[in-house]
Amino acid sequence: MEVHRHLDEELDRLRDTVLLLGGEAEAALRRAMHSLVDRDVSVAHEVLEHDDVIDELEVEVDRQCIDIFVLRQPAARDLRFVMSVAKTAPLLERIADHACNIARAAIDLTHEPELKNQIRIAEMGEIASSMLAQALDAFTRSDAAAAREIIKRDAEINDLYNEIFSELIGMMVTAPATATRDARLLLVAKHLERIGDYVTDISELTVYMAEAAIIKHQRGNL
Amino acid sequence: MSTPTTMVTPKFDIRSNSVSTSEAAKISVSHLNFFYGRHQALHDISIQLPERMVTAFIGPSGCGKTTFLRTLNRMNDVIPATRVEGEVLIDGENIYAAGADVVELRRKVGMVFQKSNPFPKTIFDNVAYGLRINRVTSNRAELAARVEEALTNAALWSEVKDRLNSSALGLSGGQQQRLCIARALAIRPEVILMDEPASALDPIATSKIEELIFDLKKQYTIAIVTHNMQQAARVSDFTAFFLLGKLIEVNTTEKMFTNPNEKLTEDYITGRFG
Repeated sequence: MEVHRHLDEELDRLRDTVLLLGGEAEAALRRAMHSLVDRDVSVAHEVLEHDDVIDELEVEVDRQCIDIFVLRQPAARDLRFVMSVAKTAPLLERIADHACNIARAAIDLTHEPELKNQIRIAEMGEIASSMLAQALDAFTRSDAAAAREIIKRDAEINDLYNEIFSELIGMMVTAPATATRDARLLLVAKHLERIGDYVTDISELTVYMAEAAIIKHQRGNL
Repeated sequence: MSTPTTMVTPKFDIRSNSVSTSEAAKISVSHLNFFYGRHQALHDISIQLPERMVTAFIGPSGCGKTTFLRTLNRMNDVIPATRVEGEVLIDGENIYAAGADVVELRRKVGMVFQKSNPFPKTIFDNVAYGLRINRVTSNRAELAARVEEALTNAALWSEVKDRLNSSALGLSGGQQQRLCIARALAIRPEVILMDEPASALDPIATSKIEELIFDLKKQYTIAIVTHNMQQAARVSDFTAFFLLGKLIEVNTTEKMFTNPNEKLTEDYITGRFG
């Protein structure tokens, strides 16, 4: 016989909070990339100003997780869910921090002439945003198969990063006058590459949540 | 019996989802059925309890876990109209075989009950009781040494060594329970059965019992019935889940509490029924 559990209400509330955090991180990334590509400084400032809200949400997730661990002592799939949320929240907060760094770069670059590599960075941003959105969907559905597909996509973002890296280094050598802008774009590309890594980590946690399988550090064994 | 200095813990590999232990089964139960008159309380139970490990039995009230525990030293024999089918091997010998020595079995398999039940005697006499009735020794010095050994192993010696001739009934509830454990240890059993040994104790006394169980498994094979799932998680190497007289799942405790194989187990340990 199924019984009503107060724990279910707390787990639902925790799920809502972490998804809210995920949505905020997703929006921060999308808006930061918009500010960079469309040279919209006001949006970049909004991203920076909104970061406190994201930090607060992470703390709220921590608080709820600690309460559930201490007061409810979850087991089995409940334990795996709370554990995964507790580890996902800081990843989302760091993704938002990277979005802030991209917004800062957008502010710095807005008065500089546009570089052609910005287009490829926009493409990289699209991939990162779409991976993050898919990872949050997979997390919500506890869909390990979808999470595994997302992990495979990390190679796309890494390959693009390596190409952009080579191009920007090449430009620094051939056109030293653009070196400052190139360096800023290189940092943006690195932020996006790191976001890809965090999305991969979130997807690995989804696999753990769904299947109790730890697959991190085992890329060959998806 | 020998006293190993190292403790063996079963290994659960979270990557391969597999369990391994190097320990042989001390107790091996095959197709055990148990009946109270016409009512069948246990259905086709098969399980192995590895040597020098703690196996916890969990399940809702009336699931048969205590009945099963009591089949391991034939404590149910004293209940009229009960019947056992199947096999319980301890060190390869069927304890239900015709001619099995029940007195020797109970020397080998000690038991601690839910409610501490010290005799209205001195602390010393409580522990010495089993030694005297089993005629283990009549030498006073040896008797005293065995009592000290048992009280030390039950983590009680330092608390009672200066009042061994005081009444055991003057001890606190937690001390009385550890005295009962000392009484069980005095006759040097190989297996200890514990039926909710800490259910009537406060958290401090419970913690002492749990620490004691952890220490005792270096020397003894332990089976414990508990209603407290956190306690099962804390003290046991293996956990067996019973429901309606059936053994639903037995697994390493780590696996049982993070990713049990059976949905019924998962639903029980997450509080979805029971």
